[in-house]
Amino acid sequence: MDHTPAPTGRTRLDSYVDRYAARTAGMTASEIRALFSVASRPEVVSLAGGMPNISGLPLDVVGGAIADLISDAGPTALQYGSGQGTPELREQICEVMALEGISAHPDDVVVTVGSQQAVDLVTRIFCDPGDVVICEAPSYVGALGVFKAFECEVVHAEMDEHGLRPDALRAAIASLCEAGRRIKFLYTIPNFHNPAGVTLSAERRPEILEICREADVLILEDNPYGLLGFDQAPMRALRADEAEGVIYLGSFSKTFAPGFRVGWALAPHAVREKLVLAQESATLCPPSFSQMAVSSYLREHDWQGQVKQFREMYRERRDAMVDALEDLMPPGCSWTVPSGGFYVWLTVPPGVDTKAMLPRAVTARVAYVPGTAFFADGFGSSAMRLSFCYPTPERIREGVRRLAGVLEEEMELRATFGATGTHEALTRSRYDGPGSDQA
Amino acid sequence: MTQTDPSTGASTGRVVVVAGGLSHERDVSLRSGRRVADAMRGAGLDVEQLDADSTLLPRLAEDPPSCVVPMLHGETGEDGAIREVLELLDLPYVGARPTACRSAFDKPTAKALVEAAGVHTPPSVCLPHETFRELGAAAVMSALTDRLGLPLMVKPARSGSALGCSVVRSPADLPHAMVDAFAYGALALAERFVVGTEVAVGVVDTGDGPRALSPVSIHPDGGVYDYTARYTAGSTEFQVPATLPQDQAAECARVALLVHETLGLRDVSRSDLIVDDEGTVWFLEANVAPGFTETSTVPLAVQADGLELGALCAELVDVAVRRGPARA
Repeated sequence: MDHTPAPTGRTRLDSYVDRYAARTAGMTASEIRALFSVASRPEVVSLAGGMPNISGLPLDVVGGAIADLISDAGPTALQYGSGQGTPELREQICEVMALEGISAHPDDVVVTVGSQQAVDLVTRIFCDPGDVVICEAPSYVGALGVFKAFECEVVHAEMDEHGLRPDALRAAIASLCEAGRRIKFLYTIPNFHNPAGVTLSAERRPEILEICREADVLILEDNPYGLLGFDQAPMRALRADEAEGVIYLGSFSKTFAPGFRVGWALAPHAVREKLVLAQESATLCPPSFSQMAVSSYLREHDWQGQVKQFREMYRERRDAMVDALEDLMPPGCSWTVPSGGFYVWLTVPPGVDTKAMLPRAVTARVAYVPGTAFFADGFGSSAMRLSFCYPTPERIREGVRRLAGVLEEEMELRATFGATGTHEALTRSRYDGPGSDQA
Repeated sequence: MTQTDPSTGASTGRVVVVAGGLSHERDVSLRSGRRVADAMRGAGLDVEQLDADSTLLPRLAEDPPSCVVPMLHGETGEDGAIREVLELLDLPYVGARPTACRSAFDKPTAKALVEAAGVHTPPSVCLPHETFRELGAAAVMSALTDRLGLPLMVKPARSGSALGCSVVRSPADLPHAMVDAFAYGALALAERFVVGTEVAVGVVDTGDGPRALSPVSIHPDGGVYDYTARYTAGSTEFQVPATLPQDQAAECARVALLVHETLGLRDVSRSDLIVDDEGTVWFLEANVAPGFTETSTVPLAVQADGLELGALCAELVDVAVRRGPARA
């Protein structure tokens, strides 16, 4: 049976249309999001998705560990647990963070449902509608979605090839203070930035900390890719040199597997207390089963050896993408060369609108994420995020070849019609980013 | 599994709904397919939903269904290609034959045929990108606005779901609109924008001749029935039967039936129309695989007319099964 209620006369096909919260105003269907449905087909080389490539995981080992977990500790693994997370995993998380110079106590760690939930919880406890969050330009689409959901105002600060520019941060803070605005925190991804692909240089880190310390701005350091550097030892975390002014977020999604949805927040004591209460309100507790599975993996398996394998695989894919871009991209394009992580940020010649070009790309069987998804203010139309984490090196080259052809056609079209501007005013209030499997 | 429809006595075996595909409207197609498949299951049919990919033909060949319901939107689905292939496989299907699909899907062709049958359609010009490049975009656009005036509706010549469509109110907006339309195809159609009430009229034929469903008038919050207005529940108000004087509603129904017959459509179609302030009914486009999503107009009209969606689809399948396969 089709259970849709029969309309009578006048209908909006949504019985609750006048009851939604005002913050749902931007939750609308979008052509761009619909196009990502095509990107999921195998004929399309998707350079859009940010899915970790877990093909190298020893699934037999993981499967055995999970079977043992159920047989040995099933009643605990399948039961509710603590809102803060299991003690064993929190201890292990401290060992993981020590690789980036962080000295922390397990009591200050809160396990979350992926670090995405940690962004949500931190925003939930800090931000009222209208509060300001400073983000890099561009910034992570999933975090921007959270800030929008909590009705924050996002102010972007520019980056360059060395990461967040201290002068841009200083200027943003000064301008906001002058306007009497309340800055709740700086959201930053210092390592192998999503989507920009750049890393905050070691030289800039103390300066960023100092700027925030002076202005009394809390830092939310989101670091899911920190252990995935190709050419160097892990960078020293901001949190390693500032315990009180930084909330650090980590994740096992990239170093192990995203399906477990295990991440964490390391926060100053008072903040941690509130995060636990917020976590209990949101989920009661992070999943015991996932936490114990991750603990078992960390305890029983050479997880650092596995991360090393991931790094080598991603490095090969990064090289394939950068080589292909150098060989195939038309003049006028530029791109970042990441030293880790998953993403390249491609800037296209002036006049080309990557959002308007996406249908043409999908027709050519290649997908990317338009740059506008990574800005809260509609900017970014002359850039796109390319992801190299999932396709094989051969598919990456083929995808870049297709993309280059699309770009050349688009440039020709733009040459015919002249610079046409962008749809910035139309995109400001709408989430046009990819879904959860693409973010 | 074979079902027997007690009202007709016909036997209907397994039905395959084909949805998805690689067109820009994949997402809409999947939603339409899911709703139609669910509705037919509710009516007691044995239904399987398949994507249009490289596994489709082997599966159809291995276990031929009694009927295929193509719910693919956009190219392949509506340009006749999938139906051509179904005819190659000797499979009965619901909907128009390939030649009719080609005429209906190509907007300039459909407009010309319908206009020749005496139906008003807004004046329009259809051009490829190459023409603008070779003759100079500014000169061509100037000639275009001189002839058609403003505002204009610019859209891809072969596409659906309002993808790539823009209303152009000043000459400065035209280049952008052309670029957006060309993002979805090689031909762009610029059409004089008719101010009025947008109306969709479904036509169904369950064996006793085509009949028009109640016209549905469409009142999007933003004034333009674009992709967002079409697929965000709550953002458009629909009125069914349409808020039109009786004679205008009757004229909409007459036009939709005339379009259905003129284009040689079969089983089900939808005509998109505008009724202007003087009460003139203008034809905009025809759909050979109209949407059946939760926010689509044909299911709305079906329910408003007291029909049950699953039962109606089952009847259309029954007609197709009785008709049997068509040879390409």
